[in-house]
Amino acid sequence: MFDFSNVTIWFDALLRQTLGLGDFWSILIECILVGVLILAGYAILAICLIFMERKVCAYFQCRLGPMRVGPWGIFQVFADVLKMLIKEIFTVDKADKLLYFVAPFLVIIASVGTFSFLPWNNGAEVLNFNVGVFLLTAVSSIGVVGIFLAGWASNNKYSVVSAMRGAVQLISYEMSLGLCLITAVILTGTMQVSGIVEAQVGPWNWLIFKGHVPAIIAFLVFLVAGNAEANRGPFDLAEAESELTAGYHTEYSGMGFGFYYLAEYLNLFVVSGIATTVFLGGWAPVNIGIEGFDGIMNLIPGIVWFLGKTFAVVWLLMWVRWTFPRLRIDQILKLEWKYLMPLCLINLVLMTIIVAFGWHF
Amino acid sequence: MANIIMFGILAVVILGSAVMCVATKRIMRAATFLLFVLFGVAGLYFILDYTFLGAAQLSIYAGGITMMYIFAIQLVNRRTLQGLVEHVKGSRAIGAALVTLAGFLTVTIVLLKNEFLFRACEVADEEVSMNVIGEALVGSEKYQYVLPFEFISVFLLACIIGGIVVARKEKEDK
Repeated sequence: MFDFSNVTIWFDALLRQTLGLGDFWSILIECILVGVLILAGYAILAICLIFMERKVCAYFQCRLGPMRVGPWGIFQVFADVLKMLIKEIFTVDKADKLLYFVAPFLVIIASVGTFSFLPWNNGAEVLNFNVGVFLLTAVSSIGVVGIFLAGWASNNKYSVVSAMRGAVQLISYEMSLGLCLITAVILTGTMQVSGIVEAQVGPWNWLIFKGHVPAIIAFLVFLVAGNAEANRGPFDLAEAESELTAGYHTEYSGMGFGFYYLAEYLNLFVVSGIATTVFLGGWAPVNIGIEGFDGIMNLIPGIVWFLGKTFAVVWLLMWVRWTFPRLRIDQILKLEWKYLMPLCLINLVLMTIIVAFGWHF
Repeated sequence: MANIIMFGILAVVILGSAVMCVATKRIMRAATFLLFVLFGVAGLYFILDYTFLGAAQLSIYAGGITMMYIFAIQLVNRRTLQGLVEHVKGSRAIGAALVTLAGFLTVTIVLLKNEFLFRACEVADEEVSMNVIGEALVGSEKYQYVLPFEFISVFLLACIIGGIVVARKEKEDK
């Protein structure tokens, strides 16, 4: 398997030895470079996801989707982005201007922060802490504050009510997400993202196979809760323009709205990426125990596996989104507190028993 | 070098946000600045390489407590919060100054007497492994904390039940 740390070690040696820079400057340059790469990847993936969403949605509804701008409509998203960038940014009268401008940044910080935890390849994790998964949930919880402040700072009662609704939904579903991740952590015995992936390399070692029943339950609950956490699918109350006057970002225009839009799509990718990392093996290739087959599969680089699996999960979530009708807020909360969370707790106990007795594969 | 620069940046963020949090007149802004103070403190833990405490700080204070404050502000009637003025009295100011001074002196004396600063400089920056923290939390050996852990969980359970009881009572009155 291709180890990306070769490249990073080579680059580090280039800065330190060939160019003779000190500790401070080489670390600074590396940090800036990694930051730029993360943001570039974020933007490129956002464009891919928006285009994919429009096309998938169109085909589910027996339409063609955007076809006019460029061949097969592939420049449509660039046109949208351009429109978003040149729109006028205006504020509401008597609104709290400072909070109005801070709120989208909190949301985007939470989104980029969780995005940087994803393991792209063998040796290509950006944030790889010992407390990995826990820190990831911690960073993602910052977004709730951003959503709430957006509603408050808009000086619009519909926005405030909608922000309350959104915040309650996010806080509730964080519970299930956390419990599902803990279930996986029990099986792997580590919270570090790279450790979780390394535990899944090898034939039939993906957690979803290794942990059989509880892992499959955790994976399914994770997908449902992740869909709610990304404000999508049947849980997209904030997007209900006709019924609920859109939501907490009604009063935003231009890039303020653009940030919420970006964060929504990237949260979809991040949720799928985490589901892939934790349950479907991250960059680990498909291995079935036959040497020739495994050898060929191992030749395919890890990033292809990671992106392939993640986009498969993204496609699954889009399928759900365009199939199920929207839920009401009381139904959303009922689903979480009365069904998903108790299921997760029981599942946690089940997984602990299975790991304690060694009944996993 | 890099540590000192980062510490300087965080110190400016923490102190600036703390002052703004107290000085601002709008309660929602105060909550937001409090959030930035808590972020800054989490950053300090990350500089010390104590990532577990940093993550706990982010998830509990930034994600949980601030959210609770914001919800509480929402549930309070807006008129009770508007135009709320408090006059500074001389006697109270002196009392507050005395308490602050006493706190400052205690911290300084403890710091100097135990030579925390020098010892902190001697210890190498090492990330404490998650396994060590987990075993310390639920172990019953020396320097392990299963008893406080259980006490806190019972206490929290009592708080949850109490919250439910308080919430249900109002409903029955209607």
